[in-house]
Order: sequence, then C-alpha cells, then structure tokens
Amino acid sequence: MIAYSWLIPALPAVAFFVIFLLGSRLPGRGAPVGIVAVAASLGMSIVVLGQIAAGHGPFESSIQWLQVGGLRLEFGEYIDGLTAVFFVVVCLISLCSQVYSLGYMKGDRRFSSYYAFLSLFTASMLNLVIADNLFQLLVGWELVGICSYLLIGHWWEEKENSDAAIKAFVVTKTGDVPFLFGIFVLTLAAGGVANIPQISNMAASGQLGTGLLTVAALLLFGGAIGKSAQFPLQVWLPDAMAGPTPVSALIHAATMVCAGVYLVGRMYMVFAPSGHALAFVGTIGAITMLIAATMALVQDDIKRVLAYSTVSQLAYMIASLGLGPAGYTPAFFHLFTHAFFKALLFYGAGSVIHAVHTNNMSEMGGLGKRMRTTYWTFAVGTAALIGIPPLAGFWSKDDIIATAFNTHHYAIWIVALITAFLTAVYMTRAFLMTFRGEYRGEGHPHESPAVMLAPMVFLAGLAIVAGFLGAPFIHGAFHYWVAFPGGETERFNWALTILTVAVGLTGIGVGWVLYRDYREVDPLKRLGGLWTLWTRKYFMDDIYNEGIRHPIQYPIAGATASFDRTVIDGAVNGVGLSTRRLSGVLRYIQSGNVQRYAVFLFAGVAILAFVITRL
Amino acid sequence: MTGPDVAALIIALVGAVAAFRMVTSRNVVRAALYLVVTLAMVGATYILAGAEFVGWTQVLIYVGAIVVLLLFALMLTRAPIGRDTLDNQQRLLALIVGVGVLVGLVFLIQGAFGGKKIAVHATHTQEVGASLFSGYVLPFEVVSVLLLAALIGAVVLARKDDTE
Amino acid sequence: MIHLTILLIFAAFLFSAGVYGVLARRNAVLVLMSIELMLNAVNVNLVAFAQYLKDLTGQIFALFVIAVAAGEVGIGLAIVILIYRNRETIDVDKIDLLKW
Repeated sequence: MIAYSWLIPALPAVAFFVIFLLGSRLPGRGAPVGIVAVAASLGMSIVVLGQIAAGHGPFESSIQWLQVGGLRLEFGEYIDGLTAVFFVVVCLISLCSQVYSLGYMKGDRRFSSYYAFLSLFTASMLNLVIADNLFQLLVGWELVGICSYLLIGHWWEEKENSDAAIKAFVVTKTGDVPFLFGIFVLTLAAGGVANIPQISNMAASGQLGTGLLTVAALLLFGGAIGKSAQFPLQVWLPDAMAGPTPVSALIHAATMVCAGVYLVGRMYMVFAPSGHALAFVGTIGAITMLIAATMALVQDDIKRVLAYSTVSQLAYMIASLGLGPAGYTPAFFHLFTHAFFKALLFYGAGSVIHAVHTNNMSEMGGLGKRMRTTYWTFAVGTAALIGIPPLAGFWSKDDIIATAFNTHHYAIWIVALITAFLTAVYMTRAFLMTFRGEYRGEGHPHESPAVMLAPMVFLAGLAIVAGFLGAPFIHGAFHYWVAFPGGETERFNWALTILTVAVGLTGIGVGWVLYRDYREVDPLKRLGGLWTLWTRKYFMDDIYNEGIRHPIQYPIAGATASFDRTVIDGAVNGVGLSTRRLSGVLRYIQSGNVQRYAVFLFAGVAILAFVITRL
Repeated sequence: MTGPDVAALIIALVGAVAAFRMVTSRNVVRAALYLVVTLAMVGATYILAGAEFVGWTQVLIYVGAIVVLLLFALMLTRAPIGRDTLDNQQRLLALIVGVGVLVGLVFLIQGAFGGKKIAVHATHTQEVGASLFSGYVLPFEVVSVLLLAALIGAVVLARKDDTE
Repeated sequence: MIHLTILLIFAAFLFSAGVYGVLARRNAVLVLMSIELMLNAVNVNLVAFAQYLKDLTGQIFALFVIAVAAGEVGIGLAIVILIYRNRETIDVDKIDLLKW
C-alpha cells in the first residue's frame, strides 16, 4: 500500500482536471468529484499511516524525469511518519473544508472553479509532502502558493480581496528567493543530488561542512518564514482572510502555512548540526509568537484574531524546531492537533459570519443563544487552543513548553509562557465578544445548515481526543510516528504542566474580567501607546510601504516603466515598423507575374552554375 | 573541318537565326513560322547525326502537329501584333539572364567536350523499334496513357460549359 | 565526323533563346513556343550524346520527350484558351492574381 502512496496526491489532481475542464456540467457543479477524490485519498492516507505505525520503515521510490548536465530531476515518493501524518491532516482538513463549503459557498458565482482550486490546492500540498527531492518539493511549494493566491482572491471583484491575494503571493515569494538559493546551495554541495534522504544522510554523516549547512539551512528557512508567515514576513496572513472562510481554514490548518514548518522538519538533518541555524529558527519563532499574540489582542475582525493566532501557533512550532532534535516531535504534534482545532475555529467563525454577514465582533454578541452547535464547538476549539486539559492543544503545547525548559532554552520558555497567557486572553475576548451578551448587529441570525455543522462537530470531537495520541501517560503513538534521532527526552513534568495550565487559566480569568460585559471602548485602549502599536501591526505594513514599496515604486519602478515604454517598446515597435516598411518594399517582388518569378528562377540557376563551376 | 561538320554548322546557324527571330518577331504568326524553321533544322541535325527515326518523328510531330496546334491557338485567341504588345517590360532583364545562361553553357561545353567528335553511324529504325519494344515497353505504354489523359484533359478544359 | 560541340552549342543557343522567350514574351502562346524551343534543346543534347556514346537510350528518351511535349502543348493550349475565354486576354503579365 505504501508503494501506491503516489495515488494520494494524484487523486485530487485528477479531480482538479475533471472539475476544471467539465465544471458546471458535472452533477453538483463538480463538488462531489472533489469530495470523493479527497475522501479516497484520506482513506489511503489512514492506511499508510497505519502501516507506518505497524513499523513499515521509510519507503522511497522515484522515477527519473529528466537529466540536465550533472543534475538529475526525479519524481519520487518518500514516505515516513512525518509524511503519513501530513497526509492524514491535509486530506482530513481538505475533506472537511470541501464538505463545509457545500453550505458556505452555496450559490457562489464561481462554485466549480472554487472546488477545482480546492482540489488542486490539496494535490499540491500532498505533492509537496510526498516529494523525495527538493525540486519536486519546490513544484508543490509554488503550486501551493499559486493556489492560495487564486483562492484568497476568489472574490476578486472587490479590490481589497485581489490586493490581499497579491500581497500574499508577493510576500511569500520574497521568502521563496532565499529558499530557491538554499536548494541550489544544497544540491550543488551534494554534487547534483537533490534527493532529500540522500542529502540527509550526507548531512548526518558529516560529508557536508557545518558552515555550508548553516548557510543552506538559513536560506531554506527564508522560504519557511515566508510560507509560514513568520516575522518579518507575517504581514500577508491576516490580509489573506479576504478569502472564503473554508479556504482560510485549509490554509491555516493544513496546507500553505504548514508547508514552511514541514520544510524545516523534512530538512531537519540540515538544520540539526548547525547551532547557529537552530538559534536563528528559535529566535524567529519566539519573536513571532509574541508579536502575533499581542496583535491578536486588539483585532475586531474575528477572522483576523484567528489569523494572528495561527501565526502565533506556527511560531510555537518553529520555535520548538529551534530547540534542537528534542523539539522535533513536539513541533509536529502541535501542528497535528492545531490543525483540528484551528480548522474548527475557522469553521465556527465562518458559521457566525454566514449568519450575521459581518466579520466584526463589535457587531456580534449574544450568538450563543441562537447558534447552539456553533457555540459549543467554538468553545471546544477555544479551550483546545488555550490548552485546557485534556483537550488536544494542552498536550501539544505543554509538550513544547516543557521541552523548551528541559533543553534549557529559558528565554524561549518564558516567551512561550507569556504567549500562552496572551493566547488565553485574546481567545476569551473573542469568544465572549462573539457569543455572550446581547446581539448588537442587525437581522436575525440563525444556525448554519447541517452540512456546515457536521464537519465542526466532527472536528470538535477530534480536538478533544487527538491529544491522547501523544499523551505521555499512555505512551502516545505519535512519538513513534514522527521522531528524530537524538530527540528522546524527558517528556512530562508535573510542576511545569501545572504552571502552564495555571498561566492559561489566569489568561482566561483576565479575559473574563475585561470582557465579561461588552463595552463600546475596548478596555485595552487604556494601554495607550501599546494599543496603537498593536493595532498598527508594529507599523510593519507602514515600514514595508514607506520603506520598501514607495522607494521601489516611484523612482525605480517609474524609471523602469519609462525605460520599458521608450526603449523596450520602442525597440519592439521599431522592429515591427521597419519590418512593415521593408515588406512594403519587398512585396513588389511578389508581383503575381509568373515571368518575373521565372527571371529569378533562371537567374538563380545561372548564378548557382557559375558559382559551382567557378567560372 | 569535314563535310558533315560544314553541313552541321550551316544547319545550326540557320536554326539559331530562326530561333532568334522567333523570340524577337513582332508578328505572332511569323514567330510560329520561324519556329517551324528551327524545328526543321533540329530534325535535320538528328538525321545528320545518324538518328533518322528521331529526326523524322521530330518533323512529323513538331512541324506537322504541334506548330499547327499553336497556329490554331493563335487564331482562336486573336493575338495582337507589334513589339509593344508582344514583349513585356522586363525584356532587358530577360536578355541578361538569357545571355548569362548561354555564356555559362558555352563555357561549360567548351571546357568539357571541346574537340570531341561524333563518329557518325546511322541507327536504323529497326534497332530503335527493337529497343523501344523490348527494354522500354512499359514507359512506352505509360506515355500512351499520359497522352490519353492529356487528350481528355484538353477536351475538358477547352470545352464550353453548356450548363450556363 | 562531326564536332560534338557544334551540336551542343546549337542546343545551348536554342535553350537560351527559349529562356529569353519565356521571360520576355507577353503572349501566352509565344511563351509555350519558347518552352518547346527549350525542350528541343534538350532533345538535341540527348541525341548528340546518344550518337557520341553509341547508346540508343538517348534516342529513346528523345522520343519520349517529344511525346510528352505533344501532350504538354495540348494541355497548355487548352488552358490558354480557357484563360482567353474568361479574361479576354492571354497576356501573361496581366494574369497576376497570385500575389499579396
């Protein structure tokens, strides 16, 4: 079965082509095709994961695609625990999103193309995950980028949405440049080998120098920073909320942003020997988790709260990977559990937005009474994110924080604790503002259709139980699936756990005190300067706009544009014009007069004869 | 210079002059008559060289049939008379090309076969016939089919369309 | 004994005259006549070399050329007459539809 894993990305890819080409002519406008395909992939993924769990080792196979000089480009599959876990997560969340979209996107003007791109998105991510070489991974990586561009800009008629799509694309592309160079560096250093297991072996056996590995790791990490929205490229993810909510769920829980974390994990053999690279990864993670959590505190848009929360949670994973081999498993365990409750939270937010037709929490309130299922599932998601035992988020987040302490990364440990506190505050705030108090909006919101609620209930169940897969008491299986050599460590510490839970509960308490009753003026405004700093996103958009975009846009882009208009266009038009003039002259040769042609014929023959005989 | 040489030279000169007059004549009918002379001289060279069957065929088919056909065509198309209408604008160009071809060919011929001589021996019609109907019987039959096709094609092309 | 070059140069002259006629003559029938001249030049060559090499093949080929030329003239004149019927002229330089 493992050998046939390539079918897992292939099925959604086929679905994409079918939906894309046949579109609205399919029954259900193409949606059932996508759902069936991804469901089949999910079934296969679970079987593959089961076989991995049963001890079938890493599986690899590849076929040569083409050879360029010393460089062999291949298509291949490399299946280990990490791959299998990603298969399950991606297929599961994609399936939920597609089912959910049946309700959420009902009657949308581009329903078929939406489903086509969802399938392609899934296929791309699965291809990225299955790739056994860096170039195939890059193909998936870029396809994921373009799909998120297409889906974020799904409602492109509004400029805000298409702007957000472009921003997402350009910002992630900024990270892709170092990523690409990282691939080149690694491939060159490995003598034209792009195969990931082989590179890993070379790195592990010390065939590649530490300095080189550091450079390669930092360059690769550039891609992860862009894709996983880490500081300083986190600015695109909140804007990406312009897309349909199921897409946000998919991007945040399983595809796009997880690609960056996956990349670091897949190439961890390159990172692990380099202390500097790990320190850099950990620092970026720590910075990001803190600033993202603070920004989440002050958002009014419910999806933006969740977006910043995603950035913050991804930063946990990145920081955990920065802890060294011991942080490897906790990072992916957190990604695994996070996928379920973050998707759940997005579905909840989508359900609310579907009901009240606004994203602003200041216009919500009191929805708990009107939307019972959404309310309860959202509550489960919130609690899981905050880390209330025994929900999924508790196990994974506690795992990361404990590992930070155990590996003596006390700075990261403290930042993680502060972030955990802030997480509790902002999630409590969002929950209370949305579901408690009196309804402040217009109209009569009602519960969403069952097709939307079903994935939510399902994921709520997973958000409760998924953590036990990695729970330390019962020797959770997860740590056998996804493991890195040398990563075994002490995993549970009562004192630390109690501290972490206490921090979370304190956060809930603070949030409860501040937001129990809705106030027109946000209580946090009393923070003054900090409030401004947070709402303005640490002025990073402004810095990028004023510091980078404008200097490029006006002098450089202006000069380029005028150069383009005058010189390039001039040359192109000149070529066209002179061709026309020349042809105006030459066309008299084509007179239609056969005798004129015959003159050329005989003259040509005569000249040729003279030339050949050298008369 | 032997006797046959002199005869060949005279025949060739007459033929060449007639050919030159044919392509420069202002009168189409005269051009056709000059063509008759040229073709007859070509036939004469064949006979002189000993290829008597080909020579008589030349006279019969060309002089007897083709020129008559051409004269009929001239009559049917009411060809006008006079230099301005018989020649087109690129006479000079044509002259250059023609002279160029001639000069090239003469140099080539002189270089390759200068001084070579033909030992004249008469080939009898019997030999030609034996060769034609033994080794070349298939091409002969194919040519007959070709002529039939040309016959039908000419009739179809030149026929007035009755349906109008 | 005949000098081979006399016949060959005669043929070359006929051919060149034919080329000139094909290029310079306006009347389609005269163009066809010029083509006949060129064909005859070829025939002279064939016969001359047949006699020079004492090989009958050249003569046989000359006969075939004569036969094919007869067919060619028949078809060519039929086309000329057809053109004349449609366009009231057989001036080759007026039949120039095949252009830009």
